[in-house]
Amino acid sequence: MNNDTLNAVTLMPAQISRRGFLKLTGLTGGGFVLASALEVTAESVPSLVGSVELNAYVQITDDGTITIYSGSPEMGQGIKTSLPMIVAEEMGADWDDVVVVQTPGVDTERYGRQSAGGSYTLYLNWNLMRQMGATAGDMFLSAAAVAMELPKKELKAENSRVVHAKTGESRTFAELAGLAYRQPIPDKEDLVYKGRQDYTIIGTAKSQVDSLEIVTGVGDFGIDTRVPDMLYGVYEKCPAVGGRILSANIEEVKNEPGVVDAYVITGNGNVRELMDGVGIVGDSTWAVYEARKKLRIKWDEADASKDSWAGFVEFARSVEAHTGNDVKLERGDVDAAFTDANNKVLNRFYEYPYVSHLCLEPMNCTAHYKVGRQGDEDSLEVWLPTQNGPRFQEVADRVYGLKKEQLDIHIKRMGGSFGRRSSNEYACEAIELSKRSGRPVKLTWSREDSMRYDFFREGGFNKLRAAINPQGQIAAWEEQTIGVAQGGKPSRFTGPNPRAFPFSTMENVRGSLTTHRMDTLVGPWRAPYSNTHAFVSQSFIHELAVAAGRDHVELLIEMMGEAKWLEEDNIRALNTGRAVDVIKLAAEKAGWGRAMPSGHGLGFAFYFCHAAHVAEVAEVTVDGNRNLTLNKVTAAIDVGPIINMSGAISQVQGAIIDGFSTMVGQKITMEAGRIKQTNLDEYPVLRIDAAPEIDVHFIQSDYAPTGLGEPALPPLAPAVANAIFAATGERVRSMPLTELGYKV
Amino acid sequence: MTVRKLKVNGKSLEVEVPDDMPLLWALRDVIGLTGTKYGCGIGQCGACTVHVNGLPVRSCQVKTADAANADITTIEGLANDGELHPLQHAWIEQDVAQCGYCQAGQIMSAAALLNQKPNPTDDEIDGAMSGNYCRCGTYIRIRKAIRKAARFDNAAAGLENS
Repeated sequence: MNNDTLNAVTLMPAQISRRGFLKLTGLTGGGFVLASALEVTAESVPSLVGSVELNAYVQITDDGTITIYSGSPEMGQGIKTSLPMIVAEEMGADWDDVVVVQTPGVDTERYGRQSAGGSYTLYLNWNLMRQMGATAGDMFLSAAAVAMELPKKELKAENSRVVHAKTGESRTFAELAGLAYRQPIPDKEDLVYKGRQDYTIIGTAKSQVDSLEIVTGVGDFGIDTRVPDMLYGVYEKCPAVGGRILSANIEEVKNEPGVVDAYVITGNGNVRELMDGVGIVGDSTWAVYEARKKLRIKWDEADASKDSWAGFVEFARSVEAHTGNDVKLERGDVDAAFTDANNKVLNRFYEYPYVSHLCLEPMNCTAHYKVGRQGDEDSLEVWLPTQNGPRFQEVADRVYGLKKEQLDIHIKRMGGSFGRRSSNEYACEAIELSKRSGRPVKLTWSREDSMRYDFFREGGFNKLRAAINPQGQIAAWEEQTIGVAQGGKPSRFTGPNPRAFPFSTMENVRGSLTTHRMDTLVGPWRAPYSNTHAFVSQSFIHELAVAAGRDHVELLIEMMGEAKWLEEDNIRALNTGRAVDVIKLAAEKAGWGRAMPSGHGLGFAFYFCHAAHVAEVAEVTVDGNRNLTLNKVTAAIDVGPIINMSGAISQVQGAIIDGFSTMVGQKITMEAGRIKQTNLDEYPVLRIDAAPEIDVHFIQSDYAPTGLGEPALPPLAPAVANAIFAATGERVRSMPLTELGYKV
Repeated sequence: MTVRKLKVNGKSLEVEVPDDMPLLWALRDVIGLTGTKYGCGIGQCGACTVHVNGLPVRSCQVKTADAANADITTIEGLANDGELHPLQHAWIEQDVAQCGYCQAGQIMSAAALLNQKPNPTDDEIDGAMSGNYCRCGTYIRIRKAIRKAARFDNAAAGLENS
């Protein structure tokens, strides 16, 4: 299927102009008046669909513009387009009549879940969005039945009209709006949803609802916030996480050009919320960046990070035992398989580095802390690029004692996030600067701040051991993760995860953990855990296939066994039938098994995470000077029905390029708690000339639709590593590739 | 602080900025044109690309003083009298953006390329665009959109195209 051919009809520039015009001129920015032909008083204006929830998502004006709210934050994953497509589909809207607006504020009682992460936003909102759309659609049908004096059951909503097929009579949604909102709200149980064969919006390709803003430079990014009387801010922290401030030459810095004020700020003791530092506010970002160069700060580093990457490597290599001190999962008899003299046993050691999120929009927040006058409570207005507005509400309460009613939160579009903007420390810093200056402050981290104080994808090591029986089957699998501990416990995304493949399918299996204290902050990075575990486990499976003299794909299919859902109705559990289907499809589309010329190789990898079954085949060329070219990647994916085909393909392409960029050259190291790489000159990224051809195939199964922001990334690294082996006979057991002498 | 005359998107402005303030920050913080983005500050990501006298420059590497009296075009000025540039059309049509943050810089680099070479080869596209980093990895669609816009230009000029 050539599914990168966008729907030219819906994407013609002329047809986006109306939606674009409305948004660019701000006509749709505020509250909407439900217009109608009937006179109503302000008090009596009921919402279109009556119930609070439905009211929250769909509005219509008398010119036929349908406003659909997007409650989930947008970071490039396309959710602001895909969720409203579901609503529009079920209500029978014409997509060209739809304007999508970010929900004003954070109000989970009204809008439901307002965070994004784990690629679950689509899955968790699917039913709610269908319900919102179907409810609105039903009320248009009821209104039309009255207006047209026809039986409701003979009417159908399509293209923003209610149509009576028998007579050909129809009324537009705009004509019906005034009557529609007075109709009884249908019971949830009575709603009738469209069958997939009737979809006209879901499954088509739509350009992002914010495309016009993006290409004209008026997008809604947090860093572009400008409010009256605003100052610009910067926040200098200890180069080693956890350092406490002793003193700083702030009087001197206050005299620097453009500086309005400077402050020594004591943190709240939680380095994930507010570290000690010096804040500077001034009349431009440039002014405060220049002034910070003059800072002379004395830090107390007694409790600061002493992390050393070299030390972590040394520790990991010194671990002798096969089994870590914390056994997380065990099934069958692993040891019997390893001691059986008929079995072949392989021991391998894999390594993966810390990497940065490198969101191109640096961390930022604009905050305006307003002290209450004459007994009024204080209040806070923030313009916050975040994946998790509700979590900011919790932090504002816990750290600043501000309740939800005291907060006015503007959720801003994120210039990339990949898990990064789930924290609130940059918001806390902005709040501190606003509290002290008494003015709104836009805090912008420099690129160097954004890298040095990232919540990194943690590096680590895996010791693997497997037994191959005389039939060439994998008789046992043992895996020890050597990972990070922070605050005396394993980091949140350290393995092993019992649901990961092949832990989930092996009969004789043991997974354990050994930790090493590392204080460098870590957090979720696109497909956390899976992005390294796929590399380790799916490369090792290929090693076993080679050792057993078997075809990789055939071995994978055998490992899946009979078709079954390992945990019925749990989308986070592997479904071996869906797995085999994507494995077979990827192999077929990539021409798996064909003879390759010398220096060329095909590599295969399957992985399951974030409810997605994904198989990828990488085709590489490696020359005698270790110049590596990734020519093509073929991906076969089952995430259920696709909502926005354009967005879905885009996410897969992006994840594959991200996975390759990360694998090729990216590595964060630290010594004495200090991060060594602070900008792009020290941290190479993939450019356009290295982007491979990408061929994406979806199996649109009947399972519930799930997200695609993350799961296409994990299989890429093992697919490429296995392809390099096929091309060269050299096994890749560590990343990045540049450290192994490869050049891209 | 010196008052400088700048010509931005066809409009003459007087701005008072420190002599060494990069054009990027004069545009964003002083003039209020925030379409030009700060990404790395060292000229390596291309997010801050603008045109100075028609040539693509990294505005984080150009002192405002050095851009005085030159013709500066930012993403906000790329459309002509409200008519989108063919690249902007193509970017929308191909649904290029993911997060969108780098795309203003990408489009400005591409526009400069098409000014020089109305019908670039893929290698010429890769060469001209390799200074613009996209964290989301939208490169495949960037290439497509440039090719599409190049054809659009030709069509506008009445040329045959395949």
